[in-house]
Amino acid sequence: MKRTGAISLRKRLVLQLLALAAALAVLLYVTVRTVAGDAAEETLDGVLGAATLAIADELRGGEDGVSIDLPHEAFSILGSISQDRIFYRIAVGEVTVTGYDDLPAPARKLGSGLASPVFYTLPYRQTQVRVAAVERVVLADNAPVAVTVMVAQTRTGQDTIAARVANRAAGLGLGVFALAAILSMITAGSVLRPIDRLAEAVGRRGPRDLRSVDHPSPAELVPLITALNGFIARLRAALTRTETFITEAAHHIRTPLATVRAKAEIALRRAETEEARDTLRAVIRSVEESARSASQLLDHATVVYRSDRLAREPVDLGKLVAGVAQSFAPTAELKDLAIRTQGLEAAVTVTGDRLLLESALRNLMDNAVKYSPPDEEILISLEVVDGLARVAVSDRGRGLSGVNQAELTRRFARGGNVRDIVGSGLGLTIVDEVTAAHGGRLDLSEHAEGGTCAALFLPLG
Amino acid sequence: MRGAFLALGLMLAGLLPAHGFEVEEEASFAAPGPEVAVLRVLSTTDTQIMAPVIAGFQAVNRGITIHYTVANSQQVQAAIVTDGAAYDLVISSAMDLQMQLANDGFALPWQSERTTALPGWARWQDTLFAFAQEPVVLIAARSVFDGLAPPRTRRELTALLRDYPERFRGRIGTYDPERSGAGYLFATQDARLSDTFWRLAEVMGGLEPVLYDSTAPMINDLKAGRLVLAYNVLGSYAAPRLAGDDSTMLIELEDHTLTLLRTALIPRAARSPVLGGTFLDYLLGPSGRALIASEAGLPPIDEAALAAQPHLRPIRLDPGLLVYLDALKRRAFLEEWRAALIQP
Repeated sequence: MKRTGAISLRKRLVLQLLALAAALAVLLYVTVRTVAGDAAEETLDGVLGAATLAIADELRGGEDGVSIDLPHEAFSILGSISQDRIFYRIAVGEVTVTGYDDLPAPARKLGSGLASPVFYTLPYRQTQVRVAAVERVVLADNAPVAVTVMVAQTRTGQDTIAARVANRAAGLGLGVFALAAILSMITAGSVLRPIDRLAEAVGRRGPRDLRSVDHPSPAELVPLITALNGFIARLRAALTRTETFITEAAHHIRTPLATVRAKAEIALRRAETEEARDTLRAVIRSVEESARSASQLLDHATVVYRSDRLAREPVDLGKLVAGVAQSFAPTAELKDLAIRTQGLEAAVTVTGDRLLLESALRNLMDNAVKYSPPDEEILISLEVVDGLARVAVSDRGRGLSGVNQAELTRRFARGGNVRDIVGSGLGLTIVDEVTAAHGGRLDLSEHAEGGTCAALFLPLG
Repeated sequence: MRGAFLALGLMLAGLLPAHGFEVEEEASFAAPGPEVAVLRVLSTTDTQIMAPVIAGFQAVNRGITIHYTVANSQQVQAAIVTDGAAYDLVISSAMDLQMQLANDGFALPWQSERTTALPGWARWQDTLFAFAQEPVVLIAARSVFDGLAPPRTRRELTALLRDYPERFRGRIGTYDPERSGAGYLFATQDARLSDTFWRLAEVMGGLEPVLYDSTAPMINDLKAGRLVLAYNVLGSYAAPRLAGDDSTMLIELEDHTLTLLRTALIPRAARSPVLGGTFLDYLLGPSGRALIASEAGLPPIDEAALAAQPHLRPIRLDPGLLVYLDALKRRAFLEEWRAALIQP
């Protein structure tokens, strides 16, 4: 699919509505103009016709031939309707009795008697005139004579009316268009709002929120939501399967590894040559590494799996930290490390998943023990800083050697100075994910005199 | 100063080309500054009346020389229609003829802030513009009303003429509509506005009226005592002549007093129509109006003055004026008029 083909729905909707409004506005303009123009012409024709008839009424016969007493009112009324130029001609056949003798007669024959005026438009004296003509028969010297009365009028008045109407019609059209434009914006907004809302609701979700979408939506969006939910369900199932697989795999690996290690240790004790012992030590070391990796993979899978449905229970951090410190005592003793605790007596409670928090702490402790040289001290402290619980594990180890925190918390990433020590690269990832799931953060820093301080900040509650 | 201009103008007049129409007077007002353009005005209004207004215009437009030609209204008509004479502005008191020029397409449209500010009754389309409104009045010798109240309406005047014929016999003056365009216009408009006109005409006809073809001799004869009454006289000419003369009086009849509009148009054959328009705008502008009122003695267009004097009826500037120019109509009207006024 070409990206350029995807015009925004809003734009498309607005453009189509605007095009419709423009078409309607133009139609309105043309209609109003035409109708008003016709009405103006009809009105002016009516007045012109009436004036012509009034003049025709004054036609007289007699012994001297045709005569007429032009009624002032007829002209004056024409003048009061519009300031138009007026021409007239009263003729017997081609002979002009009075008036403008170059005013052309109508092309077709006029009906005599009481026929209504005939109207025609023609060019006259460098302008267009509208003529009303009527024929009357009078008795002149005892003979019937057909007399034609023609009254012509320029139509600047009509043009003025037409121009005024056109202006109003244009104003009306523009008004309609502007109104339609505003309404189409509003319509587009209201039609598309459910989509925006849905997008916003889905967008607002956390990275691991795989609940199905049950946002109230119009019927048109239901298929989309159904499809989306189907997709989410499939994704969740796939994820769960993956985690389950990892968990099971770790289990399946750890158990035989423990057996291998036990057997290898027995074999080590029984080994007679130094060469064989070295080989077995290497085996044990590899097995240990594998076991730790498996365990951490398990931890990680747990974290990922549980952070979706985090248990929310009050956790007494003091007790938790003390417990973890306790559990590391034997390992520490092997390396002659002293574990010192500080501030554990204080009652600091957070809401969260005990299992995950414990896993995070264990990973921190594990790192501290691993990277501390013998005969040193590890300090675990608990305090409340700026409304956050701070659990810090400080060691006298080799520090971070300049690698930044974001780098270290990536999965399977390890520091640049740890090649000699067994590690999976998952420890800090787990810690980071657990703190994030609890709305807290992990802060890694180096002591000036050497060693690392890993601090967890967790919201109280 | 004005005299100097006039002298110069009258001298120059001899140098101007001959016309195909009769000219009464020609004057040239040289530009006060270096000449940049020449404005040609054809007018029925005497040079003497318009000179102060022209001077005022030239004070503002110092580069414009004005040729001012005076002719009677018929000759003005002939100059434009027949000769196609190249004037930039035509000023005339003959509203009907001016209307005919505009209606028949001899006028150019002109639109400006000044012309659009004119009330609707003082202009027609964008071609014909009125710049003065002059009442048509009755003037009389005070002595003739001795012991009587001066008439306020035509009805009262008619009654007065009927009741005291001996005071008026042979001493009433009015226009001869057959010879005077203005007289014809006034008579037809009078007849249009009220039926009392015909009664008045008949009563006047019985009193051996004296017929004139212009205003000035009528005023002269009244002042000289040869007339006691002159009907339908242009107030703007009569008022200054009668001012300070206690033996005469000027009466604006209350049933209706015709008000003549002195109009201007820019002819289609104008060489510099914009110049004509500029002069027209000056006539309609505040300084032009002030000069027209104070120096020329013509009342400028003033809607408020009309509202305050409801008896003043401006002659309608519309194609209705064309009706009385119709040859048949004219013949019929004059026949009726003669029948009423000239009694054996």
